[in-house]
Amino acid sequence: MRKYVLKRLLQCIPTLFGITVISFVVIHLAPGSPIGMQLNPKVSPRIVEQMRENYDLDKPMHVQYVLWLKRLFKGGLYSFKDGKPVLQKIGERLPATVVLNVVSVILIFGFAIPLGVFSATHRYSLLDNMGTLAAYVGISIPGFWLAYILILGAVKMFGVPVLGMRSFAVAELSFWQVSLDRIWHLALPSFILAVGGIAGISRYMRSSMLEVIQQDYIRTARAKGLREDEVYYKHALRNALLPIVTIIGFLIPGLIGGSVIVETVFAWPGIGRLAYQSVLSRDYPTVMTIMTISAVLVLLGNLAADVLYAVVDPRIRYPKR
Amino acid sequence: MKLKLVLLLIPGFIILILVASFFSSRKSLDKNINQLVIGSIGDASYLNPILSQDTASGDVNNLVFNGLLKYDKDLNLVGDLASSWKVTGGKEPVIVFNLRKGVKWHDGVEFTAEDVRFTFERVMDKKTNTVRRSDFELVKEVRILGRYKLRVRYREPFSPGLESWGIGIVPKHLLAGEDINTAAFNRHPVGTGPFRFKEWVSDEKIILVANDDYFEGRPYLDRIIFRIIPETSLSEIELLTGGIDYAGIYAHQYERMKANPDFRVYKRPSLGYTYIGYNLENPLFKDKKVRQALTYALAREEIVDYVLYGHGVAATGPFPNHMWYYNPQVMPYAYSPEKARQLLAEAGWTDSNGDGILDKEGKPFRFILITNSGNDVRRDIAVLAQRQWSKIGVEAIPRLYEWSTFLNSYINPKNFDACILGWSLSVDPDGYSIWHSSQIKDGFNFVSYRNEEVDRLLVLGRREYGKEKRRAIYHRIHEILAEEQPYTFLYVAEAMPVLSKKFIAVEQLDDKKIYRPIKMEKSGLMYDLIKWYVPQESSGISDQWSVR
Repeated sequence: MRKYVLKRLLQCIPTLFGITVISFVVIHLAPGSPIGMQLNPKVSPRIVEQMRENYDLDKPMHVQYVLWLKRLFKGGLYSFKDGKPVLQKIGERLPATVVLNVVSVILIFGFAIPLGVFSATHRYSLLDNMGTLAAYVGISIPGFWLAYILILGAVKMFGVPVLGMRSFAVAELSFWQVSLDRIWHLALPSFILAVGGIAGISRYMRSSMLEVIQQDYIRTARAKGLREDEVYYKHALRNALLPIVTIIGFLIPGLIGGSVIVETVFAWPGIGRLAYQSVLSRDYPTVMTIMTISAVLVLLGNLAADVLYAVVDPRIRYPKR
Repeated sequence: MKLKLVLLLIPGFIILILVASFFSSRKSLDKNINQLVIGSIGDASYLNPILSQDTASGDVNNLVFNGLLKYDKDLNLVGDLASSWKVTGGKEPVIVFNLRKGVKWHDGVEFTAEDVRFTFERVMDKKTNTVRRSDFELVKEVRILGRYKLRVRYREPFSPGLESWGIGIVPKHLLAGEDINTAAFNRHPVGTGPFRFKEWVSDEKIILVANDDYFEGRPYLDRIIFRIIPETSLSEIELLTGGIDYAGIYAHQYERMKANPDFRVYKRPSLGYTYIGYNLENPLFKDKKVRQALTYALAREEIVDYVLYGHGVAATGPFPNHMWYYNPQVMPYAYSPEKARQLLAEAGWTDSNGDGILDKEGKPFRFILITNSGNDVRRDIAVLAQRQWSKIGVEAIPRLYEWSTFLNSYINPKNFDACILGWSLSVDPDGYSIWHSSQIKDGFNFVSYRNEEVDRLLVLGRREYGKEKRRAIYHRIHEILAEEQPYTFLYVAEAMPVLSKKFIAVEQLDDKKIYRPIKMEKSGLMYDLIKWYVPQESSGISDQWSVR
């Protein structure tokens, strides 16, 4: 197993290199330039030229790539937009994005698994049919639209601020109040992020559970005279959860990736917005670094999914060599 | 069995926490805190007036730093860190600044002429990534004449350079020897202004607190928070919940906010205009009559009504009509499709093949009208212009491009027929970089406008310091540009800031305090920010509070 993981990790290196080269070329070939974006009539063209030079933008592309790589590892990689170290810039946005995504993952699993199990054990009942309908609605509804509706609803009905990470029109608060305030501000954005996931994974859970229930060993369990609850929650559910567990691996890149739409609509200071703004302002160092980090996470996430699968399901073995 | 319980308890627990947090949040709201929360659409970049070029940073820097000069409420240049100043004309004009004595940086060190010269030197350093250098390129030297006195000598007369001394002065003792482009100072600024920097959380907020030692007296407000709300339509939501107190709004939100009893909506003509620029290198637009015809064929009042809901005025030339250099004699082109058709016929454009589109020598009058995406107002202008021009047999095809692509692939290489754009201007009328023929190659004269008289007047206007003489010069430029129509000058829009009514201004008269509502002046709303205050008792204004 350890050998397998090591081999997979080594395989990641050339893939990663390829990804960075391609992204670098694509970003730099896209029309536009990080300098002179303001269209400010008071700026003379000489200055713009001088700034291109200061940012090494006059050098050939391969030289710029090597410079970027060198600065990424040795430090000294600064954003074009505000002169901040790029890693610091990304690090500052990380907590907001991670908190939001972790909470939405908790919501996804907290609601999807019970929903799916209930639907499966009460198959074709009224509640199951309603759940099916709700799941289709949840998957197909556009997130930003639902977000606007919920924001308007919350504000018009309750008059409580919902945007951003905290309330601003507040005096000194106790720790407890601050925490509750933070949770309140987390509720809507994490729910919007989770809607699609709850809908999708509850369906997944339902079909997985149904499949298990029809197995022979469940019939055996029933034949032994076990109570229904015991059959479902002791014997069936554990096996039905196997495919769900592996999904966690695929969620890792999404945890850091952030979401442009949710972060913009809820004024949430996360990575998604940073990435989007950096693309618009052609902040090459920041865009490249975010892209590289996401690439690493996707590769690691895939690996984690494969490993998790082997861990939870003893039937799966990876080749020794 | 236990598993079943867990599956039921988790969602139940989540819902419980949510309900608790809702009630707690609602209870802890307090709308009478003595602070101003400003909604800003983007995050600041550099909290350093030398490096910043975006409005988000500029708004913060204006409160943390002072320049030598500033514009007062009527847009007259007055002293800020300079207590007095004198311009002496001549071949090499000289400005002598006398600085305020006893002004302290926020860290307690005294401000002196050294700081001014240091700021100037950093701006002029090639390594500094600043666009401000353009404003100071004609400065020959800055000499210190004393601790509180310095002299600036220019290589040649350059009156627009005067307002450049409004640039925020940065402290030498904190920045000497640092790489200014990446210095930590840019995120923890120390200035001389009415508010001192406290905290900056990227993409979320910037907090400033009152400067107790401000040279014009401590501001009445305790705190100012700049909050980033990346969507203007959402700032309305935050205004309603008290999450922000001040924000700019779109024209379509005006009526709604005006009807709200908690807010005051202000209006002010913006310093700039929106236009359709014609590429004069294109044979279609070479003839002045054609350009005049295109302007005559546009119902600009209709455009203002549709895209700005009436909150703007049709422009007659390159100057907003509330400024001293605007020429009131210049008449707007009244909407007249007949006149447009007649002018086009005189220029040789007729519909000879009867397809509804004018043609000349077998070529139809068809061109591409470009603008940037993400700006709904400009997109709507393009559609309106297309429809209005189609009535006189001119076919315009609108196209939208992402901003950076738009600039670098179309505007800068002059690879366009006509474009919709806007200029934001400074208070000084100088339009050299936009209209002078020397600025065609790399400057902002991307429509390739050439006129010898305008060239001469632009140079003259920059060399002249007297306001009356300059007024005559810019009136003439206004006339010529209106006649020649290298642009169709569309409109000057109105800026519409919204402010919560809880704020009042405090005037100190002898030993009495007078309260008055906050007023919009030519220079905007914020010129007397240090007098703003939130009364601490909801039942009117209390006299009990004292100034801390």
